[in-house]
Amino acid sequence: MSRKAYLRPMEGWWRRDPFFVRYMVREATAVAVLVYTIVLTVGVVRLSQGEAAWNGWLQAMRSPGSLVLHAVLLVSMFVHAKSWFEIMPKTMPMIVIGGKRLAASTITRSGWAAAVVASIVLLSLAGWWRP
Amino acid sequence: MPDAVKSVEFDVLRYRPEQEDVPAWQRYAVPYSHDMSVLQALQHIKDELDGSLSFRWSCRMAICGSCGMMVNGKPALSCQTFVRDLLPGPIRIEALAHFPIERDLVVGVDGFVKKLEGIKPYLIPKEPRTLAQGEYLQTPEELEQIEQFSSCINCMLCYAACPQFGLNAEFTGPGVLALLHRYNADSRDGGRAQRMDVLNAEEGVWSCTAVGYCSEVCPKQVDPANAVNQNKVNSAKDYFLRFLSPKGARR
Repeated sequence: MSRKAYLRPMEGWWRRDPFFVRYMVREATAVAVLVYTIVLTVGVVRLSQGEAAWNGWLQAMRSPGSLVLHAVLLVSMFVHAKSWFEIMPKTMPMIVIGGKRLAASTITRSGWAAAVVASIVLLSLAGWWRP
Repeated sequence: MPDAVKSVEFDVLRYRPEQEDVPAWQRYAVPYSHDMSVLQALQHIKDELDGSLSFRWSCRMAICGSCGMMVNGKPALSCQTFVRDLLPGPIRIEALAHFPIERDLVVGVDGFVKKLEGIKPYLIPKEPRTLAQGEYLQTPEELEQIEQFSSCINCMLCYAACPQFGLNAEFTGPGVLALLHRYNADSRDGGRAQRMDVLNAEEGVWSCTAVGYCSEVCPKQVDPANAVNQNKVNSAKDYFLRFLSPKGARR
């Protein structure tokens, strides 16, 4: 008898399971990281074009639209960091310390610790250098 | 509450290629008992209600890897999934996602078996050894590197959990890549260079986008997502080291 296998369609696959939805949110929030890099790059370019250009960019940053955008980007980046620190243990080889395997939760917490320390250092530097 | 339940309804996705072009749902009412697994419910359907229902099973104790299917949309071994945890129903039963359905709950495994053969899933000795030289010794630390990955029972639940495999059936996939890692990471093995082509290919580790659901559904805690993703680093090393040494990273 000849075989006539049926292959099910994949349309809308990411809506089939909450796990896939969370995955898509992780991937989509990467766009926020890209957008913020573009915002900062534009700032650097404007700085190189002189004082007037730089002040214009600073003005644009203070506009209500820009503040809303920054709030959205901040939340997106937080979600992105959270989802990546959750998957981080899966991307690393087995780490054995003192004969015991390092737990996945420890790796995730180390990621958060590094992010918090980096943010504090950056914010204190920014505060310190303020004219 | 469960003791008051008399029967549970099952919606089973049927596909009989000789009589239909597209699968269709069929409902069965199965007498309920507290200790009944989903597999036992299907066996009741086949024995008492409808002998034409097709599904695979063998050991009934989560070691043969035959009875994987979608239970309420999630990949599961039907022998270790209990009806009491899915009440009140109806319980939706479908063939493993992402695989071609041959008939009812039976999927085609040809592609999986071919990939499995392709990774040489056995120890390849580093050099020939005589019987008099004795056994290959391994420390507990060396064993730990491979032990969890050697627990794979080829049930293919991870493939049903992997959208990248669903979108591209050429992807070697979580289970086979985890087994590839199991042999490559074995201190007694010398076959790494022979397996790197499979690993380095676009259909190898690089088709994985770290969804991670494969590790969630694995009934044996193999963590295939970990095996695949740590080998992205190994694959990158294998690629770049060739520029540093005339023989490359290949041994």
